[in-house]
Amino acid sequence: MSEVQNLTETALKEIAEAADERALDQLRVDYLGKKGQLTGLLKSLGKLPPEERPVAGEKINLAKKEVQQAIDQQREQLIEKALADQLAAETVDVSLPGRRQSTAGLHPVTRTIDRIQRLFESAGYEVAEGPEIEDDYHNFEALNIPGHHPARAMHDTFYVQPGTVLRTHTSPVQIRTMENSKPPFRMICPGRVYRCDSDLTHTPMFHQIEGLLIDENVSFADLKGTLEDFLRTFFEADLAVRFRPSYFPFTEPSAEVDMSCVMCEGKGCRVCKQTGWIEILGCGMVHPNVLEAAGVDSDKYRGFAFGLGVERMAMLRYGVNDLRLFFENDLKFLKQFN
Amino acid sequence: MRFTKQWMTEWLGQPFDTETLVRQLTMAGLEVDEVGNVAFDFSDVVVAEVLDAVQHPDADKLRVCQVNDGESQFQVVCGAPNVRPGLKVPFARIGAELGNDKDEKPFRIKKAKLRGVESFGMLCSAEELGLAESSDGLLELAADAPVGQNVRQYLELDDQYLELDLTPNRGDCLSMRGLAREVSVLNSLTYQDVEQSAVVNSVADTFPIQIDAPESCHRYLGRVIKGINIKAESPLWMQEKLRRCGLRSIDPVVDVTNFVLLELGQPMHAFDLDELHGGINVRHANGKESLTLLDGKVVTPESDTLLITDAEGPLALAGIMGGESSAVSQGTQDVFLECACFNPLAIAGKARKYGLHTDSSHRYERGVDPELQTLAMERATALLLEIVGGEPGPVIEVSGDEVPTRTVSLKTGNVERLLGKAFNADEIIQVLTGLGVKLLDHTQDQLSFAIPSYRYDLSIEADLIEELARIYGYENMPVCRPTAPMRLQPQPEGQLPLQRIRSRLVDLGYQQVITYSFVSPELQKSVQPQPEPVALQNPISSDMSVMRTSLLPGLLSTLQYNVNRQQNRVRIFENGQVFLKESGASGEIRQPDRLAGLVYGPRTDKHWSAPVAKADFFDVKGDVESLLDFISDRAEVTFIKGEHPAMHAGQCANVMLDGECIGQLGKLNPRLQRELDIADAVYIFELTIGPLLATSIPSFRPISRFPESSRDLACVVDRSVEVGNMVKTLTELAGDDVTDVRVLDVFESDKLGQGKKSVALGLTWQHPSRTLGDDEINAIINRCVKGLEESFNAELRN
Repeated sequence: MSEVQNLTETALKEIAEAADERALDQLRVDYLGKKGQLTGLLKSLGKLPPEERPVAGEKINLAKKEVQQAIDQQREQLIEKALADQLAAETVDVSLPGRRQSTAGLHPVTRTIDRIQRLFESAGYEVAEGPEIEDDYHNFEALNIPGHHPARAMHDTFYVQPGTVLRTHTSPVQIRTMENSKPPFRMICPGRVYRCDSDLTHTPMFHQIEGLLIDENVSFADLKGTLEDFLRTFFEADLAVRFRPSYFPFTEPSAEVDMSCVMCEGKGCRVCKQTGWIEILGCGMVHPNVLEAAGVDSDKYRGFAFGLGVERMAMLRYGVNDLRLFFENDLKFLKQFN
Repeated sequence: MRFTKQWMTEWLGQPFDTETLVRQLTMAGLEVDEVGNVAFDFSDVVVAEVLDAVQHPDADKLRVCQVNDGESQFQVVCGAPNVRPGLKVPFARIGAELGNDKDEKPFRIKKAKLRGVESFGMLCSAEELGLAESSDGLLELAADAPVGQNVRQYLELDDQYLELDLTPNRGDCLSMRGLAREVSVLNSLTYQDVEQSAVVNSVADTFPIQIDAPESCHRYLGRVIKGINIKAESPLWMQEKLRRCGLRSIDPVVDVTNFVLLELGQPMHAFDLDELHGGINVRHANGKESLTLLDGKVVTPESDTLLITDAEGPLALAGIMGGESSAVSQGTQDVFLECACFNPLAIAGKARKYGLHTDSSHRYERGVDPELQTLAMERATALLLEIVGGEPGPVIEVSGDEVPTRTVSLKTGNVERLLGKAFNADEIIQVLTGLGVKLLDHTQDQLSFAIPSYRYDLSIEADLIEELARIYGYENMPVCRPTAPMRLQPQPEGQLPLQRIRSRLVDLGYQQVITYSFVSPELQKSVQPQPEPVALQNPISSDMSVMRTSLLPGLLSTLQYNVNRQQNRVRIFENGQVFLKESGASGEIRQPDRLAGLVYGPRTDKHWSAPVAKADFFDVKGDVESLLDFISDRAEVTFIKGEHPAMHAGQCANVMLDGECIGQLGKLNPRLQRELDIADAVYIFELTIGPLLATSIPSFRPISRFPESSRDLACVVDRSVEVGNMVKTLTELAGDDVTDVRVLDVFESDKLGQGKKSVALGLTWQHPSRTLGDDEINAIINRCVKGLEESFNAELRN
């Protein structure tokens, strides 16, 4: 067996046994490097007779190539194995929970207000807000509710001092907006309101959304269309909606709006007191006295206004059965809306 | 207001289907709140005559009766004290079923043996038939009641009551008269008013009347009736009408005035003539007199209260309630009947002021028809004479200021403008005249109407248009959508919507809460003693009696609530108005919007990978910083050591925006934490919302293509040195090209020496148009080191 063959076999054996890339590198240097053993054989070619040199050279070069290939192959295998080992070593239990901040959310009242606000904003209504401690004028007088008016008794007002109240509705924001700018108006005013009443179905604070549209050519028919659209869009259901006459000092004509019960689809249940109808909001055409009090020409402009209770909308939408839950702020309740 | 279907049928001469009537009234704005039966469900109860009633041989309280039901004679054992021969009573025969109002199974009458005596049926009380809440004997039927007739038919018990929830503008519907008028219009029936001829006086007795408050009392009618029999009993038909409409029978005089109240809507009052002195005067109170009312309550009416008085003082709160001393009693012989019309403005709110609410005040506040008094007086007199007899005197009528008549004109074109539907003049006239409105004048496009005295609510054109829509039916009005030009709305890009702030907090794990704006004064004081809160004059309870000056009390209460319900980790926020009273005379109340947050317990939920540390000051500060990131381009945000009564003295920061404090954050004061009985540390912040929303519009800066250079500096300083100041100094000294100065590491150790800390800071530079050389950077570093040494006595560490 020639020396070349011996060396090659030894090299191949050692390569096959190389445990890592570093060992391979060393073997490459040992056999194929400048001072490597196979390279050394090439250098010793000079000792052979000239006619033998090409054959011997050819042999050595082939051997070098073979060793190089073996190294490359082994390297390839070692990399594959290393990667495979890494994958095996790094395998995790994907069923374990991730690392993160806990999920939170908005209060269901805010969620409801935001939804209603978006619906009206999509139709060009702007959002207005106002003070919660309000003067008697904006809360009552300007809304056509003078001091002796029986409607005041419906309001159960909290007083801060004579002439200053916690607003009993969001309607004063209408007045403030009309006082401060020019018609036409398209606005909604969400916010907290207060009534001196606390039992199973009343909390002393709750939320209302007031809507107002004032323009030269607005009729009761427009009001009907707007609120029908609103209720059906909000509840995403083809609800029956009915308007029936009612009374608010600040609108004329005034209407109470009922919709078919969303709990029983109008068949009659506890929520709708077996009537199939749910009283959902109050509305009407803005009373000329209100327009005049706010400095709007009541001959030229007309409009409609509506008001709704946010908690009631939320209760019907999400099936909440107790109003008081909204203000207990039990995290187990709140997190249901996240 | 409660009325019965049967009464409506009597009035309008036509039967009604309950469901239709309910729907009609509700859709006409007279909302039906409740419908109920006027008696229990029962069958086979007939009018029977007691022929004989003898003592039971074995029971003191029982009697053995023989009764005749028109067909046969039965033996019935009965325990009622009033059973006697000749009495006509309801008799439940064997097999009869008596219902109840408790959803229980009906009671079936069977043959029975009571103490050894057989009984074939039962004689009934009003209570057993559902005609009274309680009875102490048999229901006594009229002497002429036809024996054998079914009691349901005889008493017309297949009747239902309807309870209306009337709006305050419809005082005219607080009577059968007003309701019948409405129902007649809704059904196109002819309306018949009550006919009552004047009662001829048989004596000449009168009692003088004077009105000293003519603006408050439009009319006052009085009549003396002498020699009545107060012991007489009101007829069953009247008692039944009262009962079915929700009123109890008291005595015949009260029953008659109540009946007239229900029938016509006119409150009346009867005085015992013997208790009246001098003459009646309708005047305002002088503030010094007191009056004992019928319900025993003693009041001292204020001077804005209208009184009925005589020579000796107040007799009644006008339009609200009579006095005890002048009331009709069992000894009364002569009465003085009052029938008045008061100005609604004189009565409105007064009953409430004295904690009262009566059928009378309810009607006067809403307005009683000023043309009704004569009719009501004659009606009441006629009914009284029938029941209690007596000799009527002439009616004395005294008038105050007349109620002005109202005319309203209506342009036909405005109807369509307001309703979206046109009506022609004939349609308008037809609907309105049906309601009692009279056409005065009719030109091309304008109609002029006289408003009937009972419709206080009609005074402008829109009121008449509403009546049209109401009678025609809101449901029959057209439906369309408003049209408007499609203008784009301004959207200031620099104005951040509040929603964005809220969603960032939500994403940071804070749950939004909504707490009451009124809080406990004690908690408020602990959290924020200044300024003095705005107090409510009529709070719902003492722990909700002052308006919040901070959102923190609400968050802390919410924390307590949840900690008490086994929550060991709470992250919450609230946004909303707080109420700040300016000190000084103006007392003006500012109502800024605030945002506050609270963190309690571990930083995150428990995790399997490692123990989770409790949140600390820097967790909350980080959250506040991420809110301030929205505005960090337009303003300089800094945190400086602050003070807050609710916060830990050593862990409290003021949030400064261009040098102005916009809020605070910190650890809850441990003293307060103890008071609130909360186990672990609590971190809180509260910011004014306004400045957080004023962001800037991004402005592009070119990105440098040259490499960054970085150096770290570590030095030892006194523990008291604020690293923030070191960063500030370095930022100033590090030249124009510095892009980042960052705190890398802060620690204390014994090796550094007592009261010392090590601070490592990393600086990064980048030049827009070239690579910075080492010599340049080294020069800057030297400057920085020197600066730190000078300003903070810092020693460079190796």
